[in-house]
Order: sequence, then structure tokens, then C-alpha cells
Amino acid sequence: MSNAVTVTGVDKVFDSGAGQVVALTEVALDVAPGEFVSLIGPSGCGKSTLLRLIADLESPTNGTVEVFGTSAHQARLDQRYGIAFQQAGLLPWRTVAANIALPLELSGMPKSDVRARVDELIALVGLGDFGDRFPDQLSGGMQQRVAIARALAKKPQLLLMDEPFGALDEMTREYLQTELLRIAAETGAAVVFVTHSIPEAVYLSDRVVVMSPRPGRIAEVVPMSLGSTGSRADDLREDGSFFEMITAVREALHGGGVAAAPRGVENR
Amino acid sequence: MTDAATLLAPPRRRHAGQGARLRAACYGLLGILTLAAVWELYKGLGPVDGLVVGDIRVLPRTSDLAMPHVWDMIARLFEPVTRAEGARVLWLEIVLAAGLTLGIAAAGWVVGVIVGMAFALIMQRWILAESALLPWIVLSQTVPLIAFAPLVKSWGSRIEIGAFEWQDWMSVAVIASYLAFFPVAVGALKGLQSPDRLHLELLHTYSAGWWPTMLHLRLPAAVPYLLPALRLAAANAVVGAVVAEVSTGLQGGIGRLVIQYAGQASGDPAKAWAPIFGAIALGLIAAGSVALLGLLVKDYRRTEGAA
Ligand SMILES: Nc1ncnc2c1ncn2[C@@H]1O[C@H](COP(=O)(O)OP(=O)(O)O)[C@@H](O)[C@H]1O
Ligand SMILES: [Mg+2]
Repeated sequence: MSNAVTVTGVDKVFDSGAGQVVALTEVALDVAPGEFVSLIGPSGCGKSTLLRLIADLESPTNGTVEVFGTSAHQARLDQRYGIAFQQAGLLPWRTVAANIALPLELSGMPKSDVRARVDELIALVGLGDFGDRFPDQLSGGMQQRVAIARALAKKPQLLLMDEPFGALDEMTREYLQTELLRIAAETGAAVVFVTHSIPEAVYLSDRVVVMSPRPGRIAEVVPMSLGSTGSRADDLREDGSFFEMITAVREALHGGGVAAAPRGVENR
Repeated sequence: MTDAATLLAPPRRRHAGQGARLRAACYGLLGILTLAAVWELYKGLGPVDGLVVGDIRVLPRTSDLAMPHVWDMIARLFEPVTRAEGARVLWLEIVLAAGLTLGIAAAGWVVGVIVGMAFALIMQRWILAESALLPWIVLSQTVPLIAFAPLVKSWGSRIEIGAFEWQDWMSVAVIASYLAFFPVAVGALKGLQSPDRLHLELLHTYSAGWWPTMLHLRLPAAVPYLLPALRLAAANAVVGAVVAEVSTGLQGGIGRLVIQYAGQASGDPAKAWAPIFGAIALGLIAAGSVALLGLLVKDYRRTEGAA
């Protein structure tokens, strides 16, 4: 079976008005089906750029990106992945149910099937009775759950998430982390997850990809020996092994060839 | 759970409640009463011959000829149009004329909205079209209507296709649409360009093409921009229709009555004001109808922010 994601020898150079910005150099990364991989690193190290390359929202300057054995471009056309960003990005004039239904409607699914699938998804993300609410009537955490449900609508086997919990308070965030692990396990989807937070990366991931800036590259890949992600629960956060993994990621971040402590990374 | 706590709170109201609407109506009424009071106050206390500075009269005469009493103007509405046998009561004559003008203005509004939307869609679709068309669209509004109206009428009178024959009211509608399309084109373009990158990229990940993106994202996002544009277009269509009636000499509409009764003002000063009130009421009705349209699409005026 082919990898969920295969990134080989990728460079990304942006031509901006002020000159060229090397966002990524020599990036290679494999993500296995069902695997949870986090990208962590200081601001500007190219995490979002790498995610956007996988999503075919940018194209690489050099190298190749494959998703489930096809080009990233073809994978986007076939909608092999679902995506969520830091902002939920819900359409304000659509109800929760209608927002989740949008990708299904666009692909021409019959109305009754859409209805059934939306009900399934609402239950999956625990939104119970809120299908008829509008986004402005929901808290940030609930909006983000709608965004996750929408990303899962077409049963993709790959989820791409760019700091989806970055704007939420700590309580909601920890709650949604556990929810996300449950959902990922239930759907069997692989996840590529961008984050600023070391504990978040450790708690969620099979492997943590530590990146460093100027130019953006992968400094180290740290495997998390914390058991399968689907079986993790909140008590793990107080476990000794959890702190060991946090230390391992922190050391990888600091030893990544950057003299100064990386900015923009939460060490708590 | 923090989520549950915020959910128990009632959804925020984004639209004026009953109380606020009542208050707005009261303020409106108060404004009219104030205007009438100022009118009468000046008429009572102002200089009889007005005030002339150099050759320019800066304050009007207070005579009954120049400024009839408010109650005379109102009373006149309930008298017959002329002394002739079987003449209609004045207010009915005004309402009938206003009805005709409203119909023509509505036709002009519809045409203007269609043309304006078409321009906006074209300019959104092709950046080149925007830079080529937008300056001309702005320039189009600087053409003086008075000069333009008779031209439209004479072009129109040459059109005859089979059973179809150009009617004079169509010239008036065309001119009304000429004023109405402008705010729609500009407002709709701004609205169609308003979605942020996040939403556009999302639709891109669903491999949605131009038309689905238009239908599901750009058009709904344009609604809050479109509503004030449509209201402005309605007011413009009424002004355009009244002015065009005057300058093409179309019979039966409110514009014609304004001119006709102004000619009789020396003998019947209160009468001349009746069609002017009619024209004002017309503008209010036109703009108000569009506001009702806004109620139908109120879900499209929601914002994204979290509660
Ligand atoms: N569209 C773009 N045009 C020019 N430069 C960009 C663009 N997108 C990202 N960059 C640059 O690429 C680098 C990596 O950005 P990004 O991937 O957003 O970093 P991160 O998500 O890790 O904070 C930054 O220096 C950023 O300024
Ligand atoms: Mg980023």
C-alpha cells in the first residue's frame, strides 16, 4: 500500500517583491496510512508552506509531492484529503449542517445521501443538536469542530491541519485534542498537523517532525513511544513518559543548529 | 464545558427589534413635524420680501404665493384637481400619476440591476475587463441627463421590430436604468471581490470551478454590499424617471404634473406642492421596498465571528 504522503527532495522558493525567500530546502518526509505526524518549529520555518504543498495550494520549486501514490495535484482534484486551518473558515450564512454539506453538494451527491452523511458527521464530532445553528452562534471551539466535520465529509484518508486549535483556550484545546485522536482512530485517516505547542505535538503524534528556519528544513524526526494514538487519554498528560517525550522534542528544537532559543514555540 | 456555557446564552440579535423600529418611525415623524414647524415659523416671522444680497435672493418671500401654509397644502389635496365638472380629487390624481412613474422606475430598476450585475460579473471574471470598463462606468454618470433624455427618445422612436414598437415610456425606463445600474455595478463588484483567501482556497480544495465558487461563495458574500447598492439604485431610478418624464415630455407621470402644476402656481400656489410630495413619497416607497427585500436575505448578512 502506498504512503499517505511522500515528499521527496522538495525546495520551495517564493519570489516576493523584495527578492527571493527560501521557505524550504531539501525536505523529505513520508507519512504512512493512518499515521499521525506533527510539524513543529519556530515561526517562519515553513510548516504552513509544507502543508500547503501537500494540499496543492502551492507547487514545489524542486522535488515531488505525492499523496496516496498520485501527484498532489491529482489528489486535490480527487479530494483525497480534508483540510482545516487556524480559523474555522465557516460560511457565515450557512447553518452548521449546511456548512458540513458544502463539499458534498459540490460533488453532486444526492440530497438524501447528503442529509444522512451530515447527520453522521455531526454525531462524530459531538455537535448533537446544533445542526441548525449559525456559525456566529457557536463558540470558537464548536466552530473548529464543525470545520473538522467538514474536512471529514468526503471520508478522506488524509487530514491536513494548520494550527487548528491555535486560537482556542487551553481547556477547549485539550478536550479537542482527545476528540481528534478518537476521530482519527475511528476514520483511520492519516493526519499531518502543524502546531506551535510541544505538549500538543507530543500528545497527538506518532512522530514529531522538528523543523528549523532560515532556510526552512527538517531538523529531526522524533518518534513518540507512547503507545497507539487511538488509545491515549488525558491521564497521559501527567505520565512520566509524556514528559520524557516533551524533553526529547525540546532538545531537538534547541539542538537544531539554531544558536538562540527558537522564538514562537511554546515550551509549556 | 466552556462550549456548553456559551451555547446556553441566547443567540445575539443582529437586527433591530420591534422597539427600535418603532423608535425610528417616531423620529421620522418628528422630523416631518419639525420641518413643518420651521416652515410656518419662517413664514410667520421672516421678512415679507425675503432677503436679497446683490442680485441673489438668499431667503424666499413669505407670501402665500411663494410659501403656502402647510395646512393649505394639505387641504388642497382633498379638493378637486380643477373646477371642471367631474374632476378628480387632487390626491387621487397624484397617486395615479405616481403609480405610473413607479411602474416605469421599477422597470428601469430591474433593467439597471441586470445590467449592473452583468458588468460586475464580467469585471470579477476578467481583471482586464475591470481596468478597461470601470473608468467608463464611472464616466457614464457624468453625462448630463437633461441633454441625454431627448436623444434616447429620438433613437427609440426609430426602433420598430415586427409587432414591437418603441413606446415613449420605454425611453424613460431606459434613462432610469442608466442611473440605476451604476451603484449596482460598483457595489456588486466590491461584494464579489470580498471573500477572503481562506474561503477561496477552501473552495479550491473542493476543486470547485468559477461558477460554483460564484454561486456558493462570491454571490452570498456580496449580499451585504448589494443591499445598499440596490436601495441607492431604487432612489436613482425614481429620480431618473421623474427627470426623464420632464425632459422627454411624457404625459401622465408625476414629473409631468410637477411642471404642469408649477405653471398654474400663480393662481393655485398650494397645488404646485402636491406632485412634489408625491415624488418624495415615491422615493421612500421605492427605497422601502428594497429594504423589505433585505429581510428576505437576512441570513446572508451574518458575520463569521464567534459568539
Ligand atoms: N506566498 C508567499 N510569498 C512570499 N513568501 C512567503 C509566502 N508564504 C510564505 N512565505 C515565507 O516563507 C517562509 C515560511 O512561511 P510559513 O510556511 O508560513 O512558516 P510557518 O508556518 O512555519 O510559520 C516565511 O519566511 C514566509 O515569509
Ligand atoms: Mg504557519
